[in-house]
Amino acid sequence: MDLSTLWFWIVAALFVGYFVLDGFDFGVGMSLPFLGRDDTDRRVLINTIGPVWDLNETWVIVAGAAIFAAFPEWYATLFSGFYLALLVILLALIVRGVSFEYRHQRPEQSWKRRFDLMITIGSALPAFLWGVAFANIVQGVPLDTDHNYVGGFFALLNPYALLGGLTTLLLFFTHGVFFVALKTDGEIRERARRLGVRASAVTIAVAATFLVWTVLAHGTLVATGFAAVAALALVGSALANVRGREGIAFALMAATIAAAVLTLFTSLFPAVMPASNDIANSLTIENASSSTYTLTIMSWTALVFLPLVLAYQGWTYWTFRKRITRAHIEAAAH
Amino acid sequence: MEELLDPLALSRWQFGLTTVYHFLFVPITIGMATVVAIYQTMWVRTGNTVYLQLVHFLGKLFLINFAMGVVTGIVQEFQFGMNWSNYSRFVGDVFGAPLALEGLLAFFLEATFIGLWIFGWDKLPAKLHLATIWATAVGSILSAYFIIAANAFMQNPVGYTINEAKERAELVDIGAVLTNPVALAAFPHTILSAFMVTAGLMIAVAAWHLKRQQNIETMRPTLKFGLWLMVGAFGGTALSGDQLSLVMVETQPMKMAAAEAMYNTSTGYDASFSIFTLGTPDGVHELFSIRIPYLLSFLSTHTFDGTVEGINDLQAQYTTLYGPGDYTPVIWVTYWAFRWMIGLGAAHALVAVVGLWLTRKNRVPTQDWVWTVAIWAFPLSLLGMSVGWVFTEMGRQPWIVFSLMKTADGVSPNVSGLEVLISIVAFTLVYGSLAVVEFRLILRAVRTGPQPIASHDDQTDADPDTVPARVQTTVY
Ligand code: HDD
Ligand code: HEM
Ligand code: HEM
Repeated sequence: MDLSTLWFWIVAALFVGYFVLDGFDFGVGMSLPFLGRDDTDRRVLINTIGPVWDLNETWVIVAGAAIFAAFPEWYATLFSGFYLALLVILLALIVRGVSFEYRHQRPEQSWKRRFDLMITIGSALPAFLWGVAFANIVQGVPLDTDHNYVGGFFALLNPYALLGGLTTLLLFFTHGVFFVALKTDGEIRERARRLGVRASAVTIAVAATFLVWTVLAHGTLVATGFAAVAALALVGSALANVRGREGIAFALMAATIAAAVLTLFTSLFPAVMPASNDIANSLTIENASSSTYTLTIMSWTALVFLPLVLAYQGWTYWTFRKRITRAHIEAAAH
Repeated sequence: MEELLDPLALSRWQFGLTTVYHFLFVPITIGMATVVAIYQTMWVRTGNTVYLQLVHFLGKLFLINFAMGVVTGIVQEFQFGMNWSNYSRFVGDVFGAPLALEGLLAFFLEATFIGLWIFGWDKLPAKLHLATIWATAVGSILSAYFIIAANAFMQNPVGYTINEAKERAELVDIGAVLTNPVALAAFPHTILSAFMVTAGLMIAVAAWHLKRQQNIETMRPTLKFGLWLMVGAFGGTALSGDQLSLVMVETQPMKMAAAEAMYNTSTGYDASFSIFTLGTPDGVHELFSIRIPYLLSFLSTHTFDGTVEGINDLQAQYTTLYGPGDYTPVIWVTYWAFRWMIGLGAAHALVAVVGLWLTRKNRVPTQDWVWTVAIWAFPLSLLGMSVGWVFTEMGRQPWIVFSLMKTADGVSPNVSGLEVLISIVAFTLVYGSLAVVEFRLILRAVRTGPQPIASHDDQTDADPDTVPARVQTTVY
């Protein structure tokens, strides 16, 4: 495997990391109106992701920078082409990020409710739009000979892409609800489990449609394999939740998301951004990548530092492994 | 209308606005993380709860600020591709590497350990918990290093070759990029001026309480620390700025000429530094000025009989080298930005020197105006830093990468003026409202002041290994 192919998979791995990790943050944020009956409940929910949401979000920064360094043409085409969609994602991430930090700064309920709402919206928009963006990449978009996107904003909102967006939205929602069941105790845990039953049923229906469409329209053999894994894991995850096996439900949901991301990347390979108007204008691993020298440097750095990063992030999750309950919040209340 | 929807002009405005905005928070993150880490070290060493109170109090200010730095940073990362796609295509091979290194080495470190620090009080042993705030501080300083190395490539491209077939710059020497002389000088200059801003915040906060004669036990040491930090950091900023001037003359002589609005090449006595100038609006004719002879010669060459090239000569040289065109940045901006950078920072340092004098031998000033000045001085160094960047970036114009690519050629060709207008309006609205919220929260936290630590029985000698009851561990 040459270096540019290796980096294609490293980028894929970074997005797997991002969607698996920030995915449940988005889900917890979206679940606030469903699972949070009062302020204490909502604080329980937010504190399940309190110590980790920032590190989870950093995965997208690193993924973006990795595309920039390893595939500058891809970075340029993607980010300028999806300009308005990315703008909305950015604004949502801004609003969500400050809300975590600011909601507890004042005691008034109205203040807290406003930030709760912003957390929910700030989680739902990116959860939806990332799916739209990736579905469009897989489907192909019109590119000119200089690889510039020429489709305009509304062309991105086609049926396949919208279904992709709905799929990620639902996957992340269920992922977050399973995470809540795993990380809390008492009534809220019970409620999360029940909501999870309904959420996973809807998710299975939508995600199955999207995966089948993907495989039929764009799938390779390997992509079909990953789609099958994703489907199996998703069903397994739903069953585990029904049986109250929270750890397994969450882990299988993570596997579902990972396999779904890999379905998209294996459908793409060896293109990184296929041109829908003229295949000759496509961006591929070959014509979008950086020089061998740059990729060599980046490979060594990733080899040394990615394991280190995984180690200290794993340790963080281990440190905060205990369930959070209303009692914790009440004990900490001023 | 045409004018209003020019994607180039709008993209430049957007990049300038969002970056300057991002950089309002970054200096406080860099400086405050370190200051909090120092206080926490002192607490772990001595068990004196005054330090613990300060860790919580300054830590709260730090966190309110940090959230803004993080969310505005993501915008920066995406903007190169969104608004400057041709630039990204051209330099990505070189420029992407330091950004990726920044993410992998610095941002991950910072984002992970900040979570451990905020929530880890009762979960980690005291020494390990202390290490998490140091890791955060190191992460923020590392991130500054990588981004400055990236920016230095735009000021002074090194370690690359041009691939004609692919029409792009390619990396050939990562070591050269990471040890770019511009980066080596700009890094200490930026970090030290970040400490000035942090010191300014400490001084202002302490002055607010001391004026009201409250929290004296915690605020007096904060004031002292802030005053010394300000003076020391200013000294370092000036020394490194001097170094940076030398490098700048070598790499971008036009920027130095523009900083002095000097049209004709001058030597020795004539290479003077004007503190203040009144001129015709086009900046070409000077009506009145206060000048220090030899100073520009000294700044640029470290000798008193050096020659400093003027704008007209450089413009002629560049036309021969790079073809016809205007190679002069906007002179009034560079001229005044350079002066305001130095002047605002020096004014803040002067406030600190006077403060040290007034508080010598534990004296406590009683006049209200002393404290008022100390409080209102806060924005000085922060503004100094902002205009310093405006100078650096505007002084590089018309280049986006000096000598290789013009800013006009770097912009995304397929993003319309309307789209950029939408984004610039959206960012302005969101950033504007967040600024109001953030400012109010900071004020509120400052007013609330340090909280007493209700430890078991002995107030002053809590054991760092048993977390005092008041330390919140479920924060959000
Ligand atoms: C309050 C902050 C502050 C203060 C007091 C100073 N500076 Fe500064 N300066 C900055 C804050 C700053 C900055 C905002 O941080 C910049 C922008 C880019 C950089 O690396 O640092 C900068 C840039 C900058 C540059 C441009 C570098 C380039 O474009 O390549 C020069 C030549 C100087 N400074 C020189 C000085 C000198 C001789 C000072 C004498 C006291 C000085 N600065 C004080
Ligand atoms: C935080 C410190 C920085 C500030 C305050 C700052 C400020 C500015 C300003 C005011 C402009 C507009 C200049 C103009 O258009 O005439 C600008 C442009 C630009 N800067 Fe910076 N900058 C900073 C750091 C950086 C860094 C670190 C990079 C690269 C990694 C960078 C890359 C650019 C680019 C690409 C442009 C757009 C092209 C241009 O108009 O010059 N800047 N910046
Ligand atoms: C000299 C100019 C700059 C310096 C010194 C600087 C430094 C920092 C620091 C210390 C942080 C973390 C602390 C905080 O957020 O308050 C940060 C955040 C960030 N910066 Fe900047 N920055 C600069 C300009 C830029 C530019 C031009 C970019 C675009 C590539 C950028 C990208 C980011 C990102 C993505 C984050 C968020 C990281 C996180 O999630 O922790 N910064 N920056």
